[in-house]
Amino acid sequence: MTRTWQAAPSVGHPLTRVEGLDKVTGRARYAADIPLPGLVYGWVVPATIPRGRVLGLDVAATLAMPGVLAVLHQHNAPRLTDAGDATLLLFQDDRVAHRGDPVALVIADTPERAREAAERTAVDYLPEPHDAAFRADHPRLYEPDHVNPRLPTVTDKGDVEAALAGAAVVVDHEYRTPPQHNNPMEPHSGTAVWADGRLTVYDSTQHAYGMARTLTKLFGFDPGVVRVVSEHVGGGFGAKGLTRPDAVLAVMAATLVGRPVRVTMTRPQLFPLTGYRTPTAQRIRLGADRDGRLVAVEHRASSQTSRLLEFTEQSASYSRVMYAADNLRTSHRVVALDVPTPRWMRAPGEAPGSFALESAMDELAEACGVDPVELRLRNDATTEPATGEPFSSRRLAECLREGARRFGWADRDPRPAARRDGRWWRGTGMAGAHYPARAGPTVAHATAFPDGGYVVRVGAADIGTGARTVLTQLAADALEVPVGVVRLEIGDSDFGRAQVAGGSMGTASWSWPVVTACRDLAHRLASGERLPPEGLTSTYDSTEALRALGAFARYAFGAHFAEVAVDAATGEVRVPRLTGVYAVGRVVNPLTARSQLIGGMTMGLSCALLEESIMDARFGDFVNHNLADYHVATNADVGELDVAFVDDPDDELNPSGVKGLGEIGIVGVPAAIANAVWHATGVRQRELPIGPARTITSGQ
Amino acid sequence: MREFAYARARDVDAAVSLVADNPGARYLGGGTNLVDLMKLGIERPELLVDVTGLPLDEVTEDGDLLRIGALVRNSDLAAHPLVRDRYPVLSQAVLNGASGQLRNVATTGGNLVQRTRCGYFTDPTKPCNKRMPGSGCPAIEGEHHNLAILGASDHCVATHPSDLAVALAALDARIDVQDLAGPHELPLEDLYRPVGDRPDLELTIRDGALITGVALPPLPPDARTTYRKVRERASYAFAIAAVAAVLVVRDGLVSDVRIALGAVASHPWRARIAERELRGGPATAAAFEAAAIAELDAARPLRDNAYKVPLVRDLVVAVLTELAR
Ligand SMILES: Cc1cc2nc3c(=O)[nH]c(=O)nc-3n(C[C@H](O)[C@H](O)[C@H](O)COP(=O)(O)OP(=O)(O)OC[C@H]3O[C@@H](n4cnc5c(N)ncnc54)[C@H](O)[C@@H]3O)c2cc1C
Ligand code: SF4
Repeated sequence: MTRTWQAAPSVGHPLTRVEGLDKVTGRARYAADIPLPGLVYGWVVPATIPRGRVLGLDVAATLAMPGVLAVLHQHNAPRLTDAGDATLLLFQDDRVAHRGDPVALVIADTPERAREAAERTAVDYLPEPHDAAFRADHPRLYEPDHVNPRLPTVTDKGDVEAALAGAAVVVDHEYRTPPQHNNPMEPHSGTAVWADGRLTVYDSTQHAYGMARTLTKLFGFDPGVVRVVSEHVGGGFGAKGLTRPDAVLAVMAATLVGRPVRVTMTRPQLFPLTGYRTPTAQRIRLGADRDGRLVAVEHRASSQTSRLLEFTEQSASYSRVMYAADNLRTSHRVVALDVPTPRWMRAPGEAPGSFALESAMDELAEACGVDPVELRLRNDATTEPATGEPFSSRRLAECLREGARRFGWADRDPRPAARRDGRWWRGTGMAGAHYPARAGPTVAHATAFPDGGYVVRVGAADIGTGARTVLTQLAADALEVPVGVVRLEIGDSDFGRAQVAGGSMGTASWSWPVVTACRDLAHRLASGERLPPEGLTSTYDSTEALRALGAFARYAFGAHFAEVAVDAATGEVRVPRLTGVYAVGRVVNPLTARSQLIGGMTMGLSCALLEESIMDARFGDFVNHNLADYHVATNADVGELDVAFVDDPDDELNPSGVKGLGEIGIVGVPAAIANAVWHATGVRQRELPIGPARTITSGQ
Repeated sequence: MREFAYARARDVDAAVSLVADNPGARYLGGGTNLVDLMKLGIERPELLVDVTGLPLDEVTEDGDLLRIGALVRNSDLAAHPLVRDRYPVLSQAVLNGASGQLRNVATTGGNLVQRTRCGYFTDPTKPCNKRMPGSGCPAIEGEHHNLAILGASDHCVATHPSDLAVALAALDARIDVQDLAGPHELPLEDLYRPVGDRPDLELTIRDGALITGVALPPLPPDARTTYRKVRERASYAFAIAAVAAVLVVRDGLVSDVRIALGAVASHPWRARIAERELRGGPATAAAFEAAAIAELDAARPLRDNAYKVPLVRDLVVAVLTELAR
């Protein structure tokens, strides 16, 4: 084929989502929508005690209920092999690790009958004394071997105590964040189908490839048996990053009954079974000279995990990167409680960690009488504070200056509680932000067809981010063809190894082999290679290239500015305006990038003012486990959102020069809002969420 | 969900005869509360009698009364010109509730008798005196940040979630009911039983009685009214405190005042003590504050809902001050 035209580049253009029409017309099929002949439904029977043993289960009575085909439980479930995640070792023994832990699965011909029978299933328990109450001074808090994802638990540089003792100004406070749930709109749903010796799992997941590997290991399947398909995903925020019980239960059940089985969870079932953000208690000690130059930073974080699995949120790691200080110590402790297992939720570590450090920086600015933006500029780092490694690029200062300019920060009167406007106290606040820029090994295949079309296959997941769209743009540019002739196929474990849609690593990871394979294909075509009827394919695996990366600290940076209004009588906090300015490498698509960032900022606002999973430790249960009582921000909560980028060229990243921007939008927003609430009312808010219950009792 | 039978009522008498004396039967209005509770296993009816086809879906004038059929949808009620013109407080209250989609189906009658949102009540795996008499009230020691500060008991501290009912309480609404004995009416305030030791018994009307409508007496021509709802989320959230107020000020003196509080008790709370304090006195912020304090003297807050006491006080002052301006 001879090329007769030269395409205009697509990268940088606001291409609307390639699957947008399918989604708004309902043609896009999500995991629980896929019709299958002979499909039956599994319903979880959750434990109603927080700790103990299952003594017995009235299986016979359940089997006699209308429509019930089978009951899966510890005595008939397939034996599993530990795949490194004990939350998936379902029905392997009689232990109840937390309330909501599955003790059985009822399989019936309709979801309604499965549910009714599951709810009627009588379970006999032997309860044991339990402890589900997280406290900052819990006697069983310990230092784990490492923290999420595999970071050191402690870093220690210089002599923090001595520096604090000699510092002109010291800020020392504890900050608290509550448990929060990811709450994507689409619930977790897994469907398992056996056909011709292969097992296909349709699941709502951020990582089809990872799920196929996990299921293979868990069940001891031969390689190549499992295929996971996840074409469209209605949000995840980390809750679908790893395999969850829905998939395991569907596979067990389909194997038991010999028919396709679907397990879809209800909102209350998602709360104990699909992960959440741990509560944290974080103590920050800052020492500075009179001008606010930091001499010491200490960040100690405590969090909880379950009895099943040690997951330690890396909250203090935020301070390893952000501001320069010769003396810097960060540490983590965790306590294992009789609670559901906390996991990733959008910006694990950075989201709670930034609330603590960026709030403390505001308190330091107040104590030193230095403007909060200026304070951060004075403490900008040239190398990564904890490690001394060079940054591949660090444009925090540019974000701070551009944010201050856009927001109109210059005229700000620093005095707190000085602006009353009718019902409202008004104030402004800000915070810095960063998020790691990483990539993981991924394989992609690019195929050219004689009709002029191209198909690119990569095991990516589009969880609403626009991944499919930006990969289409990057592929089209690498192939030097218009986007309209390129089709991306994603969400299929058969496409080979791929990085999870998480850690803001998706585009950086997937685009690496996509762009490289596409360039190779374009080159082969240009050099006259024959195009056979079945198409010509180039495949690339980025594993080796990733190993060759230089030693740099790679991060995206940002700055957030917030305006708040606090009702003087009722303590209601409203946020009329948020500005976010980011250095995120190359912006492939300004439209989807902006959507990701305003989504992050909105989630940050929601986290600042609303989101809290309320644990009743007597039951070991999150009692507000539904979307009427667990408040996620609505449109009415969100005011003007202003998003801008600073130029951020960086040659040390990946072939596309992208840093990822799925998470940085949430980082620092709660602190910016809390700082603005202080500026409005004169009262510090060191615990989230900042609802009327807090603003009123704290001295309105 | 238990499998159930469904019937569409032909007329009011037929509806009442199907439901009255049948503890397994429930009226189905918009279903926005009942069906949720059925899914959760809190309600397990064997028969649903759909009343939405009954001719009780109009707002009509009857002398100086305004009559609202029990099946008028929340959104139609809020948008009705006579309601907006004569009782803006009612329109505001409805529009502050739920969401557009819910208001499009929710009915006036169903709204008044919707159940509490207490998280223990809605979870059948936990004790709750309202759902399972005698099993205990975990809310008192547990999660109660949005539960009652007034009129509660050691048996139950739940609140009534309706916004609409709060406005109706301030408007001295009367409720039309029909049971096997025939039609009768009662003041809205008398519809709800005090909590006492039987929180499972919420209404004074007989089981299976059908609410057929609401009647609103006229307001003085110079009355000013408003509804203000405080909530954590800016929309689509239940109140943490709400005030419906009617105020008539003549020559600087309060000639008539009616204050109903929402989200503080098991039913809309008429602040009779505050009203008595204010009537005939000056319409000043100081007087409003003294009255609110007097009303809240009876408040018995719990560990995590004490913020509601200053909240309600300041809210009442803010609302009345605004109306008096
Ligand atoms: C997410 C969510 C948020 C909400 N937010 C708010 C809010 O902010 N403010 C607010 O006020 N409400 C709110 N609601 C509640 C909503 O307003 C009520 O569910 C609705 O008004 C109930 O009316 P319905 O017609 O749907 O009642 P149904 O669900 O049909 O019935 C409710 C009960 O009333 C009985 N019933 C129905 N009609 C009659 C009748 N004519 N006579 C006697 N008994 C009858 C039924 O048998 C049932 O027991 C919210 C609901 C949801 C789900
Ligand atoms: S407050 Fe009432 S409804 Fe809530 S748990 Fe107690 S008894 Fe049940």
